[in-house]
Amino acid sequence: EMLDSNKDSLKLEAMKRIVAMIARGKNASDLFPAVVKNVACKNIEVKKLVYVYLVRYAEEQQDLALLSISTFQRGLKDPNQLIRASALRVLSSIRVTIIVPIMMLAIKEAASDMSPYVRKTAAHAIPKLHSLDPEQKDQLIEVIEKLLADKTTLVAGSVVMAFEEVCPDRIDLIHKNYRKLCNLLIDVEEWGQVVIINMLTRYARTQFLNPNESLLEESSDKAFYASDDEEDEDEKAEVTTLEKRKPYVMDPDHRLLLRNTKPLLQSRNAAVVMAVAQLYFHLAPKAEVGIIAKALGMFEPYLKSFYIRSTDPTQIKILKLEVLTNLANEANISTILREFQTYIKSMDKDFVAASIQAIGRCATNIGEVRDTCLNGLVQLLSNRDELVVAESVVVIKKLLQMQPEQHSDIIKHMAKLIDNIQVPMARASILWLIGEYCEHVPKIAPDVLRKMAKSFTNEEDIVKLQIINLAAKLYLTNSKQTKLLTQYVLNLAKYDQNYDIRDRARFIRQLIVPTDKSGALNKYAKKLFLALKPAPVLESPFKDRDHFQLGSLSHLLNAKAAGYQELPDWPESAPDPSVRNVEVKDSVCAERTVLTGPEVFSSQFHHKFFITIVLALLVESDSGSGSASASGSDEGGSGSESEESREETESEEEEEDEEEEKKKRKKLDMTKAKKQADESAERCCIINFDTFDMNKITSVFSQTIAPSGLIKMYELLHRITGEGLAVEYCFSRQPFSPDPNMVAVQIQFTNNTNSETKNLHIEDPRLQSGMRIREFAEIGLQPTGESVTVVIGIDFCDSTQAANFQLCTHTRKFFVSVQPPVGELMTPAFLTENDFKKEQGKLMGMNEILEKLTLGEKCVNEHVIVERVTATANLSRVPCGSDKECRFAGKTVSSGCLVLVTVTTKEGGGAQLTVNCEKMVIGTMLVKDILQALSQ
Amino acid sequence: MIHSLFLVNASGDIFLEKHWKSVVSRSVCDYFFEAVERATEPENVPPVIPTPHHCLINVLRQRIYFVAVIQSEVPPLFVIEFLHRVVDTFQDYFGVCTEAAVKDNVVVVYELLEEMLDNGFPLATESNILKELIKPPTILRTVVNTITGSTNVGEQLPTGQLSVVPWRRTGVKYTNNEAYFDVVEEIDAIIDKSGSTITAEIQGVIDACVKLTGMPDLTLSFMNPRLLDDVSFHPCVRFKRWEAERILSFVPPDGNFRLLSYHVSSQNLVAIPVYVKHNISFREGSSQGRFELTLGPKQTMGKAVESVLVSSQLPRGVLNANLSPSQGTYTFDPVTKLLSWDVGKINPQKLPSLKGSMSLQTGASKPDENPTINLQFKIQQLAVSGLKVNRLDMYGEKYKPFKGIKYMTKAGKFQVRT
Repeated sequence: EMLDSNKDSLKLEAMKRIVAMIARGKNASDLFPAVVKNVACKNIEVKKLVYVYLVRYAEEQQDLALLSISTFQRGLKDPNQLIRASALRVLSSIRVTIIVPIMMLAIKEAASDMSPYVRKTAAHAIPKLHSLDPEQKDQLIEVIEKLLADKTTLVAGSVVMAFEEVCPDRIDLIHKNYRKLCNLLIDVEEWGQVVIINMLTRYARTQFLNPNESLLEESSDKAFYASDDEEDEDEKAEVTTLEKRKPYVMDPDHRLLLRNTKPLLQSRNAAVVMAVAQLYFHLAPKAEVGIIAKALGMFEPYLKSFYIRSTDPTQIKILKLEVLTNLANEANISTILREFQTYIKSMDKDFVAASIQAIGRCATNIGEVRDTCLNGLVQLLSNRDELVVAESVVVIKKLLQMQPEQHSDIIKHMAKLIDNIQVPMARASILWLIGEYCEHVPKIAPDVLRKMAKSFTNEEDIVKLQIINLAAKLYLTNSKQTKLLTQYVLNLAKYDQNYDIRDRARFIRQLIVPTDKSGALNKYAKKLFLALKPAPVLESPFKDRDHFQLGSLSHLLNAKAAGYQELPDWPESAPDPSVRNVEVKDSVCAERTVLTGPEVFSSQFHHKFFITIVLALLVESDSGSGSASASGSDEGGSGSESEESREETESEEEEEDEEEEKKKRKKLDMTKAKKQADESAERCCIINFDTFDMNKITSVFSQTIAPSGLIKMYELLHRITGEGLAVEYCFSRQPFSPDPNMVAVQIQFTNNTNSETKNLHIEDPRLQSGMRIREFAEIGLQPTGESVTVVIGIDFCDSTQAANFQLCTHTRKFFVSVQPPVGELMTPAFLTENDFKKEQGKLMGMNEILEKLTLGEKCVNEHVIVERVTATANLSRVPCGSDKECRFAGKTVSSGCLVLVTVTTKEGGGAQLTVNCEKMVIGTMLVKDILQALSQ
Repeated sequence: MIHSLFLVNASGDIFLEKHWKSVVSRSVCDYFFEAVERATEPENVPPVIPTPHHCLINVLRQRIYFVAVIQSEVPPLFVIEFLHRVVDTFQDYFGVCTEAAVKDNVVVVYELLEEMLDNGFPLATESNILKELIKPPTILRTVVNTITGSTNVGEQLPTGQLSVVPWRRTGVKYTNNEAYFDVVEEIDAIIDKSGSTITAEIQGVIDACVKLTGMPDLTLSFMNPRLLDDVSFHPCVRFKRWEAERILSFVPPDGNFRLLSYHVSSQNLVAIPVYVKHNISFREGSSQGRFELTLGPKQTMGKAVESVLVSSQLPRGVLNANLSPSQGTYTFDPVTKLLSWDVGKINPQKLPSLKGSMSLQTGASKPDENPTINLQFKIQQLAVSGLKVNRLDMYGEKYKPFKGIKYMTKAGKFQVRT
């Protein structure tokens, strides 16, 4: 066949025909073997079409499909990101259970790919694998968690979609990413926006307080919300003034969500607009819901927009009618009724029926027009169209029930109609009316019964039931005239085909006809039948569905669709808002910015992390000494440090010793790891970044480096982004001599370009208020291939906010930011055991944070614990009598607040961590970091 | 999300199916066909049809039903909006979106659908991204491809996919740099029997055709931006600038796109450019009815009303119509009872009219409804709301582009009750 030919063009033609067959729904599965062979075809279009084919039939031909897997595995490592992505797409779309582990591995790898597009595909693959094998859920959740931390807009929508399908109840995964998602939202593609907004609606319902509950003083909050569009500062000021007056203050995160979604109302995509509308409907204070189109009263000016055209599709007509009916009030009812009159003349009979019901509802809701409506409806009774008449009868019946006394003439009129109207529902309604109000029409009622008795056998069931009803009621009120007729009707009913009717007849006979046996009930028959009945409420067919999230499929169907997530009620009290605090740098831009190449890369967190480690290793293997890069960089920054060493106190020297000891230990660890590391590091230098086997390498590192407690290098500028200039930084943990309140940041520039870099300096620092930076002296000239190290000082004001600045060379400027981990914001403090106890005593209550933890497998002894804690935070050890306890102390660099840390170990790997610090934020974050370090 | 898609033509044949997850048997469409049968008009098919295991969401475009199969919770508008985007993409690629066009290009259609959704979730819907992945078919390219064996499928990830301006690809080049903007306004109106306006609104759009080299940054400002009270933008428009300065500032997509759609509310007075005088009556007992219609211009600011088309659904009782137009041609379909009159241009000196009689079914009683008259027309060089573009500036590129702006007013849903 053509597929076996050597020519690509013939193959392509063949594949095109096959795809055309699939498109038409014809079965092409018997070609499977021939097609699979071409999966490795060079021609990309043939390849794509083969993919289409595979995905369609792989489920049916599992064994053969396996033949293609290796091709995709190869594709996953292709340097071209598009090919990597499509390989993953196809691999994950092949629904063959045997390859679940391969899929899992591929997804994990792709989730840390450097291309955001591939990561997006990984997010898409997650629900695919989950539906194929739900047992993978836990592993997949880990991947979701990882991808949720991704900062690219491309990934955000897809991973939230995966989250919604796999683990919508894991709200806790969102906390850390909440603010980022809010800020990214405007730049996410529209489909992702819908998914994210819907998810955040649910999230907000679990985390924030109901803004409408405690807001009774309407006047005051208007002023507040009016400021919505104004400057942030104004708003903050207002919030603070309000705080004094009122208990409820909206969580700033809640406000953030509302503010960031609002511009999306201008989206061209109706689904996005709807998503924002429902978000406001479910989350916004009443006064603000107006912006989405205003609660009922506010729709009024738009009344005329809902007038109906004869060319509207029926479902639109019905919806418009519903809106008009809901908008009707005393002021506009006359215009609306006039409009309704035109509708009744429409040729669309369903619509006419709906219009008549709408008139009925207006009449019940607005007492003033009840008579007018009733008269109008009565006129319709002479309409030629039977459907119109029937619908009118039904509506009139309901209306009359409200005030029957005044309308006996209408009842008489309707009694006459019984001869002409054939629609069963209408006939039944008329009979019920006559029976119910037989006292108002004493002469006509028996006559109607006579007619109906005649036609009884030919009537529909609902009519028959009403005839029996009428007979019973007449028998009770006017037995003289109707006794025989009633008997006759009941006899007919007794032999009816329908058992309901037979039952009803038997029941009624027992009830109304007095016999010796009939007991007490007989006496009450009249009360039973002729009791005053409450008037019916004419209700909207659209009610009862408000418990569903607006705009959802479930809401539309008024039934819970599969996968629908209930919208939770507001919590009674707000959960801890600090869970949303993030230490990671917040470089997310809410504004659309002009395209700059580096942005694409700057967000590749995992990639960056990886590079950091690789570089750390390279440094080490170069020096050959096996000592950690920490020592290497110590020496590198010697210029400024030599001065500092003079200030070092005795106790610091002790610390030095300890450092020495550590280094020795590291040496041992490292030499073991070195062989592997060298190997992989080498590989990394040679191989293009695209192609490395990430999994292997990272696993090597996690075994070797993590426990050794190196000083970590962070990337400031990647060499690709920096066009050859690579910049890394680390926190050298040395005091910064020019200003003791600053954290020393050691920066290393490596010039990988083949030209010199000149005039390297810092420009335009953009810092949070209070933050300060001490720049390094301009580096005049940096030759090719050379590395230069400088130290700058940054006063972070004891916060983990990033310091942003521009790094300038003679040709270019790069935006970079330095983000300190909380542990680097402190410097060791040297206390005695007694001092420690004393200080700890002062920092109780609010300032103390206690956390239980289970130590990680490798935290076997005191030694490791000390190492890990000191690696996490720049603290010094405080002597302690007990061997079950380790104590550390430090001071924050900027304000000098004491930070005390105690780790108490218990039997069986348990431990307790205590942090005492006046700065609660620092305390909380530190606890978290140490916990993580210890439980690894 | 979206499980499968079926394309159904007017005669109820499924002529294309595509599945993004496991295959759903086409028998699921039986529920859809039932709904079509129940509906009196093709437009009356409910957009969302629940079935025991699935839910069918459909849109009708160009007499083709696009039926999406859904299995779990998803906002219906999400699906509807996506289906429309599919149709728009097809139109963009093939010029028209007809059954024939889809069948002729079935492979491209399939490749497109494959790219647009992954596992039922939208992957790439931006036209310029798709065009880099799958090149639109042209005769020239087909010929070249058959000779050289090259393909229609892009080998690299489109640049837009990763950029912050995903709607524009990099490296665009033109020898003639031009930017055209069409301001098109449609009047939706209901005119009652006596000729007074019951409701009138203007729905406007600004469609653009931008062929500019490089990464131009455009700003478009209006003389009277306050007119626009409800706007929705192409994602390229910077919302903050609009909020603050009422200026449209954007890096445009390459080629044709809709920059803005807006709404001028019923609060403002809308000038109605055409009036209709009519006398349509039936007498009780007679089998004849009178039909008289005259059209005339008003408030057109001196511009000519063109391409006028009148259509009306006559009552079921009407057997035939015997009319004579003063200009243009008319047709009456005795089966659907649809009368349409292609008037052409309205000459203010000699007003077009259509007069004559209608014959009714003998013995049938006088119809109690009067037909409504639907009007279509066009007025060139006029934006009926009075919206005016002030200026268009370009930043970021050095060349001088050729700029053009065109205004047009059309009838939208323009209905006259009689």
